[in-house]
Amino acid sequence: MFRYIVRRLLQMILTFFGATFVVFALMFANQDDPVQALAGEKPVSASLREALTERYHLDEGFFGQYWYYMTNLLTGDLGESISGREISALLETAWPVTVRLALMALVIAGVFALAAGVWSAIRRGGIFDNGTLAFTLLLLALPIVVLAPVAQWIFAMELDWFPATASRNASFYALLLPAIVLATTVVATQLRVTRTSVVENLGADYVRTARAKGLLPRRIIWVHVLRNSLIPFITLIGVDLGVLMSGALVTEEVFNIPGVGSKLAQGIRTEDGPMVVGFVSILVIVFLVMNLVVDLLYAALDPRIRYE
Amino acid sequence: MSDPTTLDSRPRSLAGDAWNDLRHNKIFWASAALVLLLLLMALFPTLFTSADPTDCVLSRQHDGPSGGALFGYDFQGCDVFARTVHGTGSSIQVGLLSTLLAGLIGLSFGMAAGYFGGAIDAVLSRGIDIVLGIPVLLGAVVLSGRLSGSGDDGVTAVTLTLGLLTWTSAARVMRSSVVAAKSQDYVAAARMLGAGPARLMFRHILPNAIAPFIVVSTVLLGANIAAEATLSYLGVGLKGDALSWGLQISDAQKHARVAAAPLVWPSVFLAATVLAFIMLGDAIRDAFDPKLR
Repeated sequence: MFRYIVRRLLQMILTFFGATFVVFALMFANQDDPVQALAGEKPVSASLREALTERYHLDEGFFGQYWYYMTNLLTGDLGESISGREISALLETAWPVTVRLALMALVIAGVFALAAGVWSAIRRGGIFDNGTLAFTLLLLALPIVVLAPVAQWIFAMELDWFPATASRNASFYALLLPAIVLATTVVATQLRVTRTSVVENLGADYVRTARAKGLLPRRIIWVHVLRNSLIPFITLIGVDLGVLMSGALVTEEVFNIPGVGSKLAQGIRTEDGPMVVGFVSILVIVFLVMNLVVDLLYAALDPRIRYE
Repeated sequence: MSDPTTLDSRPRSLAGDAWNDLRHNKIFWASAALVLLLLLMALFPTLFTSADPTDCVLSRQHDGPSGGALFGYDFQGCDVFARTVHGTGSSIQVGLLSTLLAGLIGLSFGMAAGYFGGAIDAVLSRGIDIVLGIPVLLGAVVLSGRLSGSGDDGVTAVTLTLGLLTWTSAARVMRSSVVAAKSQDYVAAARMLGAGPARLMFRHILPNAIAPFIVVSTVLLGANIAAEATLSYLGVGLKGDALSWGLQISDAQKHARVAAAPLVWPSVFLAATVLAFIMLGDAIRDAFDPKLR
């Protein structure tokens, strides 16, 4: 286990520097004169230009600036947005509602995917199985940019079942519709993976043994099979997190939820470069760390991984 | 790829088998027909509508459907049907070109990593890991904003952005199928006959390893079309006078309470396009992978 953790950590460090480097390089791509960009149309005086160059280390070259960007990022100093607000402060007010939304979406998707996945695996080829297959295909084909506005229009405006927007301290109920919409981005893959691995496990030797022992079918499925089928499901959660982040960007924008996603969308709209890059950097780090956690969890669950 | 030694007169190559399977697959024909219809709409939008999508008159704002405008008019008084039909072009164009770019990058990365192995594989695979460490939409938001100039319509920027960020799954699939194909006897035979690396790679390994890659690329095409709409919705995709389903959804969403048609129709077109490519990919995968049958 120890060797696995060390190897995984080394990999993570490499990916971390690589990914932040790419984000940084993306920010630099096609940038000609940041001082002029900051000033807009106004002419910049020589002394102001010098002061800004000094302050943002613009004379340091690409790698020098990457060094400053990394040290700032690691010490939690994300700099200021163009409107002059601390980016870390913006992030601090925005993250709780986003985390709540993402957790709700994960739970909704997970519960539905496990229940429906197990059920359609047991009744393979039945009406329910074919129905869920068609349903997941439909979900895969509905991009969040279609689903979120259309769901808001149908369920919040026409039918009036849910509120159309949610505030920072939104109730569970107000976040329910956005969370369901967000859950649809990950539920289809989760369901298909669960179904496949349950089908695989149902044919395994240990299931036959359990049956021969005379265990209740209910116990075989929900304890023995499900526990083994959870492994691919859990690895998927790491990938899902990236999908959820992208999804939250649109969902929060549509439902006007003042979370990380809508702040980021706002930064994009107002062409607030530092804010967009700061938020994206933090999200990428969260994504990498969560993937590390998921991988370690995976190793803890499945002894076969540890000793490879 | 036919085998002359069998007595059966029909060629029994993998591609032949797959085609035989596809020919009898209703889902394949349905999705292929839908894709063809969309391609036709993208190339010749005037076949479907004679109305000018940029002809907007505020006085007919949110007017209902009529003989001239099937889906009615939007907030600006533009013909929703004409705008949706003309929007097909940019969606398909961005989707095709960005998938082509991603496919080329993925193909070369995967081939090189799989064929050469060792240190080259290690370096290239870490490169893939690094790009995978950045969720596509987040990277795209930064890159697309950077690439597009202030005056242009953003088509080039979005195409480049999606191409540069979405090649990883294609590269991974290509790498593993090249690794599998490399150790086959026919490759060893060709090598013993004196074939060089380039000939081995392109004449012997590539045709036998490309099927999973094609499947992944077809699904990616649908995903990239959706990603373009998402980026346009967020304001870092197509912009200005460009016609895009994402832009239409973004504009119509604000007025959905008053008029839903301008929101619903581009959504339906977008979903149908993505669905067509996913189903096409599914059908091709079923045909090429007999294990899944």
